[in-house]
Amino acid sequence: MISRIAYIASNTFREAVRDRVLYNLIAFALLLSGAAIFVGQISIDIERLVVVNLGLAAVSLFGVVIAIFIGIGLVSKEIEKRTLYTVLSRPVRRWEFIIGKFFGLAGTLVVNTSFMAIGVFAALLYVAHKFSRPDALIFIALYFIILEFLMICALALLFSSFSTPLLSAVFAFSLFVIGSFADDLRGFAELSHGFTHWVAAGAAYVIPNFSALNVISAVAHQQPVGAQLVLSNTLYALLYTTVALSGAVLIFERRNLK
Amino acid sequence: MNAQRRTTVIAASCLIVSFAACVMLLRHVDKIRPPALAEDQLYFSSPKMIRRASLGFDGLMACIYWTRTVQYFGHRHFNGEMSYNELAPLLEITTALDPELLPAYQFGASFLAPPPPHGAGEPDRAIQLMEYGIQHNPDHWQLYYNLGFVYYTELKDYKRAADAFERGSRVPDSQPFMKVMAALMAEHGGDLLTARLLWSKTFETAREKDIRENAIAHLRALQVDEDVARLQAAVTDFGERTGRLPTSMSELTTAEHLPANPADPDGNPYLMTPRGLIVLEKPDDFPFVTRGLPPGYKPTGRPRFHNQS
Amino acid sequence: MAAIEILDIEKTYLVGFWRKRPKRALQPLRLTVEEGEVFGFLGPNGAGKTTTLKILMGLVFPTAGTARILGREWTDPAVKAQIGFLPEQPYFYDYLTGHELLDYFGQLSGVPASERKRRIEEVLSLVGLTDIKGLQLRKFSKGMLQRIGIAQAILHNPKLVFLDEPMSGLDPLGRHEVRDLIAQLKEEGKTVFFSTHILSDAEALCDRVAIIHKGELRGVGAVDDLTSSVAGKIEMIWQGTQIPASIKALGAECHVSGDNVRAVIADHQQDAAIDALRRERIRLISITPLRTSLETYFVEKLQHSQTTAGKRA
Repeated sequence: MISRIAYIASNTFREAVRDRVLYNLIAFALLLSGAAIFVGQISIDIERLVVVNLGLAAVSLFGVVIAIFIGIGLVSKEIEKRTLYTVLSRPVRRWEFIIGKFFGLAGTLVVNTSFMAIGVFAALLYVAHKFSRPDALIFIALYFIILEFLMICALALLFSSFSTPLLSAVFAFSLFVIGSFADDLRGFAELSHGFTHWVAAGAAYVIPNFSALNVISAVAHQQPVGAQLVLSNTLYALLYTTVALSGAVLIFERRNLK
Repeated sequence: MNAQRRTTVIAASCLIVSFAACVMLLRHVDKIRPPALAEDQLYFSSPKMIRRASLGFDGLMACIYWTRTVQYFGHRHFNGEMSYNELAPLLEITTALDPELLPAYQFGASFLAPPPPHGAGEPDRAIQLMEYGIQHNPDHWQLYYNLGFVYYTELKDYKRAADAFERGSRVPDSQPFMKVMAALMAEHGGDLLTARLLWSKTFETAREKDIRENAIAHLRALQVDEDVARLQAAVTDFGERTGRLPTSMSELTTAEHLPANPADPDGNPYLMTPRGLIVLEKPDDFPFVTRGLPPGYKPTGRPRFHNQS
Repeated sequence: MAAIEILDIEKTYLVGFWRKRPKRALQPLRLTVEEGEVFGFLGPNGAGKTTTLKILMGLVFPTAGTARILGREWTDPAVKAQIGFLPEQPYFYDYLTGHELLDYFGQLSGVPASERKRRIEEVLSLVGLTDIKGLQLRKFSKGMLQRIGIAQAILHNPKLVFLDEPMSGLDPLGRHEVRDLIAQLKEEGKTVFFSTHILSDAEALCDRVAIIHKGELRGVGAVDDLTSSVAGKIEMIWQGTQIPASIKALGAECHVSGDNVRAVIADHQQDAAIDALRRERIRLISITPLRTSLETYFVEKLQHSQTTAGKRA
């Protein structure tokens, strides 16, 4: 069981790597981090701030784009192209297929983020000339960004299991945007009454809460992030991912393949 | 179907359990997150920059900032904070994004001007905000009302308050009491009646929960002030007649022909100190009172509004 | 033990904008395939062959009915380790090379790493795919894809092999090779279940066949039995365009082409037909016994269903 999931995961990873689009996006993100250096040169004292903010924002945004871009096709493309037939005729359970795809995509993003992170640290070293202790906080921000990616991957996979690539992209991207404003949605729920209140409150719990995972500004200002928060966020991300993947499994198990 | 059913059951239970756990976790995470929200949001503190960054979705961004403003004030006020540095910038950004967001001006009038812990203590900025609002919405009487409100309540500038109400009364579709207020401000600025009318109107016309509660608290304070003044005058009269202080509240009310067992708006009886001073039993429940406070009283803990007990 | 037992499997799709109109893809199907035989599943395009195969593979869920494969429930995952499947017009991950694909599928099928390499080379030479090292599947021709499709179906040495139109896309040499391959699989004791609409292949290879048309099973049996059930027919060609009434009365199928008539009549009616022509002084050009073939059986079965359908309508 585990080995089959691992094989599917590594094949998904291989597919992502051989997909030439990936290289372009990485190059683009590195380019953006480079731009950060030039912006920093304009004003004194805040280059570090700009590099960390801009760099991490780029890592986050481009990672989301990659996650969605690849994730939406993970299942629907295989059904469309019928490559799935010969896979499912083997002793592979449908749920193993979903989980394997997830780990493949997540693995791709972790590798991708690692490369981008090297870029950010390189840019930081360039402007600050040395690392200081609080810079270690950047790892926490990156860790949280990876947790975000896990959630997005799971969501993209969920949509891919029943929807066309275009619609899946729209749904996944919308959820990313709304999820980033999750705090405001909660605030709005608190302000409103009656029906609107319940709808907003419900929505605030269903959407992925990315505001909680966004510590980019705090890290840029070298503010510490509590261990409890790290633990809670980790748990939340894992649980939310489980919800989305369970949904994907439930849908895919029942699907008649054309 | 066996294997499929098993998978279905496992996946479905995973989904339900994980989701429930997510909800619980979110509530927990909320509590432990650092309250650095406002500073984050004001990273770009220039309204112009935010306008550009909104990519044309000004209205939406205004709504978002408005929500944040109310949250910001609400949370800090609840915790009894003594500073509200970000309130003015938040309101300025909100109104810069959408100058026609009327509730923002009323919120500013109610909470920018008063001193902490009930407000940011920046009446001048409040005046600026009101004038900005009037500039963009010259035909809305509410903005003149808010302007007059600030002049009256915090700056005690009755002349300017009257001017504001006068300007507002000339606006088409203005409420009739604007003229009344203008007249009252001009002649009877310091009167209880004027204050009562103002706060009643504020309560009636406001939709924001915090503003209404604030108005109620002021009205209650006015009631207490009036009651205490009346009772205190009765003590003086008693003293002049009998040459001594009344021994108890019931003696006072009987002798001066007042209703028995005078009580504050919450139903707690007014007390009389041995020195003949009329005081509240629970002064903490009545922010904004100017009379009836026990000697040496200092407000403790968080300010408590009417609805929170 | 029967290799395959299909027990009243049926499939109805709901089509239309609101998904309300039912469309019967498969009438309740009952079929048994014995171990070690080569079984042909015949029918015109759209008959329901591929639907049946997809249901057996677990890709599509039947509306009703069950099946047993190699003694187990068809949905039992353990079954998959013992079967191989070649889909119609197969498509594989085009970014992989042939070797990588077979390696991946071998992994998924549980072929131990030690055996995999050897086995891959074996099947590649078996299907005639040599010299493809490093070539990505997106560069394969249709014939090559078909061959690697067969390769992945037999890679893990399954007991039962399902092939959906295995000859499609192959040139005559390729078809010959696939025929040999199927014969070889039979020799190894494997069961082969393949669907096709090319009757000559089925005739040459199959022990038994089933004919399916418009989702309904029309006939099952050994090839010899089926063809002999169709009475011998004679083809007569005579000059002119006249068709004597007496010949029509015999129930002959007559067809005018040019200035001749071609008629197909039953074997035993030959004399009566010749007499009829002589009475009318019609010049007979030729009499030829028709080869009884699966095709004849096939056409007759299908025509029968057309007329029955006509009567119903």
